[in-house]
Amino acid sequence: MKISKETKIDLFTRMVKIRTFEDETHKIFMAGKEMPGFLHLSQGEEAMAVGTCANLTFDDAIYTTHRGHGCIIAKGADLKPMMAELFGRIDGCCKGRAGSMHFADVKTGCMGSNGIVGEGMRLAIGTAFAQKYQKTKNVTAVFFGDGATGTGAFHESFNMAATLKLPVIFVCSINFYAQMTHKSVHIPIEHVADRAAGYGAPGVTIDGNDVELVYEEVSKAVKHCRAGKGPYMIEGITYRHHGHFIGDPCNYRPAGELEEWLKKDPIVLYEQKLLKEGVLDEKRIQQIKEECKNLVDEAVAFARQSPQPDIEELYKDILA
Amino acid sequence: MGKPIMFQWAINHAIAEEMRRDPTVFIIGEDVGKPGGPFGVTRGIIDEFGPERAVDTPISEGAIIGLCVGAAAAGLRPVAEIMFMNFITLCVEELYNQASKMRWMFGAQVKVPMVVRAMTAGGYGAGPHHSSSLESWFASMPGLKVVMPSTPVNAKGLMKAAIRDDNPVLYVEPLSSYRIKAEIPEGDYITPIGKCEIVREGTDITIVSVGRMLQEALKAVDVLEKDGIKPELIDLLTINPLDMETIYASVKKTNRLVIIHEAKQTMGIGAEIAASVQEKMFDWLDAPVERVAAPFTHIAFQPKLEQHYLPDATKLVAKVKQMLG
Ligand SMILES: Cc1ncc(C[n+]2csc(CCOP(=O)(O)OP(=O)(O)O)c2C)c(N)n1
Ligand SMILES: [Mg+2]
Repeated sequence: MKISKETKIDLFTRMVKIRTFEDETHKIFMAGKEMPGFLHLSQGEEAMAVGTCANLTFDDAIYTTHRGHGCIIAKGADLKPMMAELFGRIDGCCKGRAGSMHFADVKTGCMGSNGIVGEGMRLAIGTAFAQKYQKTKNVTAVFFGDGATGTGAFHESFNMAATLKLPVIFVCSINFYAQMTHKSVHIPIEHVADRAAGYGAPGVTIDGNDVELVYEEVSKAVKHCRAGKGPYMIEGITYRHHGHFIGDPCNYRPAGELEEWLKKDPIVLYEQKLLKEGVLDEKRIQQIKEECKNLVDEAVAFARQSPQPDIEELYKDILA
Repeated sequence: MGKPIMFQWAINHAIAEEMRRDPTVFIIGEDVGKPGGPFGVTRGIIDEFGPERAVDTPISEGAIIGLCVGAAAAGLRPVAEIMFMNFITLCVEELYNQASKMRWMFGAQVKVPMVVRAMTAGGYGAGPHHSSSLESWFASMPGLKVVMPSTPVNAKGLMKAAIRDDNPVLYVEPLSSYRIKAEIPEGDYITPIGKCEIVREGTDITIVSVGRMLQEALKAVDVLEKDGIKPELIDLLTINPLDMETIYASVKKTNRLVIIHEAKQTMGIGAEIAASVQEKMFDWLDAPVERVAAPFTHIAFQPKLEQHYLPDATKLVAKVKQMLG
């Protein structure tokens, strides 16, 4: 597959945007009281989010997890209402009610993060059902982690999607941990994508830190889904650079593990590749990083000036 | 009394002591083994008892509780951790259709002695999927017991009682209480399931607190006493079965009753208590029974909205003053 220069720059830019957003969020959270709640960051896993979403339009849907900022940014959501949501402000994408773990931005096809591990998969098959029912060619991608492959939601949803030939792409980011428990403790096989065969669907295991590879594999999955052939599973091997949540001391990680993975940082790898290919030069890379930083800074400023919701907000929108 | 220990270690010690006493007791859940529990409650248990008795599982709540039901019916005494109480939605099936009904349905051929630990997390900005108090669902299930510890002393005593009980017991533990410290009795003791505790004696009004709301009620009582009001404070401790006799006796003395609980007011424990009290004690009441509880909406992650949602000492003081006119 030939990836255009334009697409390459787009892939790189989206990853940098996520990293900048997550790093800044991390800083603000650590600084104190501005961001309430629990935050699960996705630094290190950008290639999975970007390689997937770069194949989708706003009419395609995604579902993501408690670690969902990256997917939503990759899909193209505006950073301002995202940041305002993290601050619990009225201009947040969910009016400040939901926060990090429950983000949704429906207009860009981000149908929801989820505080309940695995539940995105059950909902994804419904959105895919609607896409098929309404005779669109749209698809639904659902992100989940290694831990989520233990849920009934995964098995039931995959089986149902395969049985009903629903256009769902199951995107599994193996970051090796479910909270503090290593994948080897809770998954009895090497590659969970092997399970797809059991449901009669294609499944592949790939390097989840290689954004072009993810992009190419997902493009095959999208084609498969748009052609009405049912679900497709992509398992990408990646790593989360930070703890399960901000504040996690990570003492369950063996010494040196993080350092090994930092050498395989998807952004650093891609930056080097694009430099070598001459797609980007140092100056342009710097420019992209600055542009992303500006976008994030603007989002933070937007969030800060947005008011807190009034108490009445708690009682609105319970019923349509 | 022994030296002060934290609520979370009271739970831990109760489980470990019971595991030492009874080889059929084991713990199971996500992260309960090697990591020592998502919030450290089961720390050290795997080191003493090994991975056969401290079982780390995949993220499979339905299968965890189903396993417990089947294991309990076959003679073991599982202690499962569900983590945040919201995740219990994924195993209401196993708790209700299976665990609570099995003994009755099978004509008393089996016992189902198991404990399910679930943590409530109001007040942490954890948001709609992590902050709910769902205990009243389970209070309407015959065949299941539900306890809500409030101090390190009863956290330990209720856990021991729950493990020794021959029935399924849901044990609701508040995250915000994990670090409360208190001296606890030395040696083996239990806190009986199905009995509430009179924490402060008084004559002017009965306050019934549920679970962690004890801490709020204690603050409220201090404020009220300064104003010359003498409330009688009852810590409910078990919400299924309810110890109504202790509440009736108190209402006979005080003629007024207010219930404070973190869960929603609508269809909550307070509603059941209020209904029973007006049925049995109508002539003894000088005022309508009142409730201080969460409103009929969802809990937000936003701190201001969450604070408005959760009941607390200030709201209780205001309610009591209003009731006493
Ligand atoms: C149903 C359910 N059970 C347990 C949890 C607690 N929990 C939150 S994240 C998590 C681990 C998820 O691991 P994985 O799917 O690999 O995603 P990752 O956090 O690695 O991105 C667990 C157990 C939950 N949120 N929902
Ligand atoms: Mg994981």
